[in-house]
Amino acid sequence: MEFPVAGSPHLSGQNDVQRIMAQVMLALLPGIAALWWYFGWGVIVNLGLTSLTAVVCEWLVIRLRGRDLRPVITDLSGLLTAWLLAVALPPLLPWWQTVIGTAFAIVIAKQLFGGLGQNPFNPAMAGYALLLVSFPANMTQWLEPSVLSGHLVSLNEAWQAIFPGIPPHPQGWDAITSATPLDHLRTELSRDHMISEIRREPLWGDFGGKGWESVGTWYLIGGLFLLWRGVIGWRIPAGMLGSLFVTAGIFWLIDPEIHPSPLLHLFSGATLLGAFFIATDPVTASTTPRGRLIYGALIGVLVYVIRTWGGYPDAVAFSVLLMNMAAPTIDHYTQPRVFGAREGDDGL
Amino acid sequence: MTEVDYRKITLDGLWHNNQALVALLGLCPLMAVTNSTINGLTLGLATTAVLLLSNLSVSTIRHWVRAEIRLPVFVLLIASFVTATELVMNAWFHELYKILGIFVPLIVTNCTIIGRAEAFASRNPVPAAITDALAMGLGFTAVLTLLGALRELIGQGTLLSGAHLLFGEAARAWEFSAGNDFQGLLLAILPPGAFIGLGLLVALKNMIDKGVDMRAHRAEPSHCRTPPVISHS
Repeated sequence: MEFPVAGSPHLSGQNDVQRIMAQVMLALLPGIAALWWYFGWGVIVNLGLTSLTAVVCEWLVIRLRGRDLRPVITDLSGLLTAWLLAVALPPLLPWWQTVIGTAFAIVIAKQLFGGLGQNPFNPAMAGYALLLVSFPANMTQWLEPSVLSGHLVSLNEAWQAIFPGIPPHPQGWDAITSATPLDHLRTELSRDHMISEIRREPLWGDFGGKGWESVGTWYLIGGLFLLWRGVIGWRIPAGMLGSLFVTAGIFWLIDPEIHPSPLLHLFSGATLLGAFFIATDPVTASTTPRGRLIYGALIGVLVYVIRTWGGYPDAVAFSVLLMNMAAPTIDHYTQPRVFGAREGDDGL
Repeated sequence: MTEVDYRKITLDGLWHNNQALVALLGLCPLMAVTNSTINGLTLGLATTAVLLLSNLSVSTIRHWVRAEIRLPVFVLLIASFVTATELVMNAWFHELYKILGIFVPLIVTNCTIIGRAEAFASRNPVPAAITDALAMGLGFTAVLTLLGALRELIGQGTLLSGAHLLFGEAARAWEFSAGNDFQGLLLAILPPGAFIGLGLLVALKNMIDKGVDMRAHRAEPSHCRTPPVISHS
């Protein structure tokens, strides 16, 4: 890409943190709408809950640190963290777990490290990992998408389920929740069932689980919008999706009956959300051009490895956190050559 | 060295040079066993006992040990005391001994003990060395117990569970429980909980120090507290 610089006077750019965050949130809207369409009002209640918690937590910490509150609240980064966490959480998670996850994301993962720009780990994913490790039962219990259950959770039902904990179905939680497609696939494979056999079940659509694949597609559309606006670069999503596709493809070609197709991997779980919205976080990702490709590619490989041989059905959060840890090292080894310096020179 | 400032030694050990919060020594057992109050307390007491014996003996023999071989001698002494402690625990606190497992013998590698032997006991008379061992040991125990209590409370909603293992059957009633419905934050019990918990405790200590400093400055603007002496161990 070229950036020709003309002589002065220059117009100042419009890109500030607030604008970037707002565009990411805008791009997230189609995905949120799709989640709402398939999983009901719980998503919206969670969104409100995480947003409120995030703002309150930021306000508290900023007060403690004696900083100016306005720029921190208005840069929207805390709200974006809240939104990303909300779309990753099961729609009817008990309210206090949602609050704990958000508070951890904002207070421990973001502000204790010094706030926006200083945090080594993606706050939303740190909050998600905390909840997944601490409350595995609640966190792996998802609603069935409405296309399967034929029932959309209403606002009142969602409220009752999230706050007092009353299940929206007279027969209890089990009647309306089910394992996610990836979780289901995992269980069935461990019982020696063939993929072709598993895929005949009604919960599967064209690529991934019914409902889930559409949500993924809407994330993809939001991601393409971000690419078009230049908010995110192509390297991290391309690296992540490409390497996940290739890794899954190799195993799939070896034996398609025990290894799900690469398309299933791309359209299941949080792959597309992760590739465009989470791995691309400018603070915690690698910053050099080559580094971003490597960073994305390693996330893709890790996602495959953890999904296939790890203890959890989905792996985007853990992969992103692990690679956050590796990002400074990747940056160190992929620094672009200083113009005029030769390979192996130290620049001057 | 003629005048020994016992007050300073005690305050250093318990607070200003707390081995867990300031020197950040002995983190391996600190992280590994503080998943409950009683585990933390027991390991803290065992460490204190070893520290006391090692400081006592190192200080006693300090004039006869040549500088070139002092470290092997210290290690030998510490290892013997750890073995003795281990045998005592195995005999009288067998259940606890089984729970703490490898971390009892690992007291020998706790940097606090060799650190105090080298930095303090080998240069100071016996009474000062004993005071130092008690203060350092109790400071370390306090942090272990506090961290254990926090992790136990957040992680499984109990306090002092297993107290009978240390204090006898009568202590069974001491246990506090938030009930069986309590859904603990499992992360607190897992290793990350130890790191985050210790980090928060260190922050709390620094916050208190800062508050005390500020109050001192306000009362007496010209006064400037000398920075705490940090031993190099």
